[in-house]
Amino acid sequence: MEIWSAEIRQSVLLTIELAAISTAILLVLATPLAWWLAHAKGWWTEIIASVIALPLVLPPTVLGFYLLVLLGPDGPGGWIARLWGERTLAFTFEGLVIGSVVYSMPFVVQPIRNAFTAIGERPLEVAATLRASPTRTFWTVAVPLARPGFLTGAVLGFAHTVGEFGLVLMIGGNIPDRTKVLSVAIFDYVETSRWREASMLAGLMVVFAFAVILTMTLVDKRAARAAA
Amino acid sequence: MKLFRTIAVATGLLLAFAEARAAQTNVAVAANFTDAAKEIAAIFKQKTGHEAVLSFGASGQFYTQITQGAPFQVFLSADDSRPKKLVEDGLATADSRFTYAIGKLVLWSKSPGLVTGEETLKAASFAKLSICNPAAAPYGLAAVETMKSLNLYDALKPKLVEGATITQAYQFVETGNAEIGFVALSQLTGSEAGSRWVVPQALYSPIRQDAVLLKTGAGNQAASAFISFLRGPEARAIIEKYGYMLDGQS
Repeated sequence: MEIWSAEIRQSVLLTIELAAISTAILLVLATPLAWWLAHAKGWWTEIIASVIALPLVLPPTVLGFYLLVLLGPDGPGGWIARLWGERTLAFTFEGLVIGSVVYSMPFVVQPIRNAFTAIGERPLEVAATLRASPTRTFWTVAVPLARPGFLTGAVLGFAHTVGEFGLVLMIGGNIPDRTKVLSVAIFDYVETSRWREASMLAGLMVVFAFAVILTMTLVDKRAARAAA
Repeated sequence: MKLFRTIAVATGLLLAFAEARAAQTNVAVAANFTDAAKEIAAIFKQKTGHEAVLSFGASGQFYTQITQGAPFQVFLSADDSRPKKLVEDGLATADSRFTYAIGKLVLWSKSPGLVTGEETLKAASFAKLSICNPAAAPYGLAAVETMKSLNLYDALKPKLVEGATITQAYQFVETGNAEIGFVALSQLTGSEAGSRWVVPQALYSPIRQDAVLLKTGAGNQAASAFISFLRGPEARAIIEKYGYMLDGQS
């Protein structure tokens, strides 16, 4: 099909790559964070939880503005970029990964935290009386029991990264094969009156979003049945 | 605070009554013309009592929005092809179309001494060159034309970053994320900071910026008044002040 051009294929692949890498990083960071949030008792716990949840409420333009400055040559992003001879992390794939991780963090932390909380202390105590080390308990008891939470977090993190737009528009620079992801490509096509490409990509996104939501519902249902 | 607000609202109402005969018009303005348009709208209000409510964006974006029924009555584009197309589409009145400004493209950097001329592009001792989307914004197209005229486009392409509008292209340089960028001369008015090269006209096709009265503004007094004000001496003086050429001068 002619409309499935190299340009479109490129932005679809780039989007999948960005979402997959961000999701992997998110799972690594969110798991200890969620574990800690589920078990910490201090008054500051909810303060940290609220900070992590900020992107749920903040307009993407706020994050975009901060990231543009932080990733830029005068911010920490610039210092890091200098390690491999660049000036800024804005307009790079790495910059988008950083943005996505911040932006999608609450969507991954929240379900995993809930899953850990739902396990309760009892199974962990039982494991401890059977002389399982805390690490072993975590991997053989907590993680398997929290599986639906991980699944939900991963799917939501992936989907939310695919759906991010304002942030990428502000820090991406619209570079084909590096920062021109699907959502920005659609914006571009609409702006330049290329309806055919726009409607094709938009349709694709509708199907994707539907599949995500359906999957989530099914996972929830199965988890509920397993718990019952 | 509350008292202050009450006074403000009351004053607003009084003004509204006083200007009951004054009308309002929504104007879509190409981003490069932002500062000039604000200044013109302020004087327009002083002189006529009418209010021009300005929206700024990329010309291509406005074209798409207008074809979809956006509530603008006047369109100040950054090119002449989109207003022409709107006339052909039957969305704008043909006899209202005229060139209000001819734009100038500038290569600009915040670092003094970095930009000296076309040799700056040849040397390419920068990591990122910011332009605006050539498909949606005429200044982006002019930037690409310039690089092609100098046979440098293919070499510079990997360094290009694109803003959605000329304002964003400017902002990428302003924040230091790109060392250098193609912007509009009008954006640099009033500041001598950094280094710049006004690109010679021979390197790109003239950026003829056309204004047009949209069909939605046919019965709107403020809309037609704004278009004629734009042709008048006060507006022309402001337009020149921002570094644009006027039609018939080049």
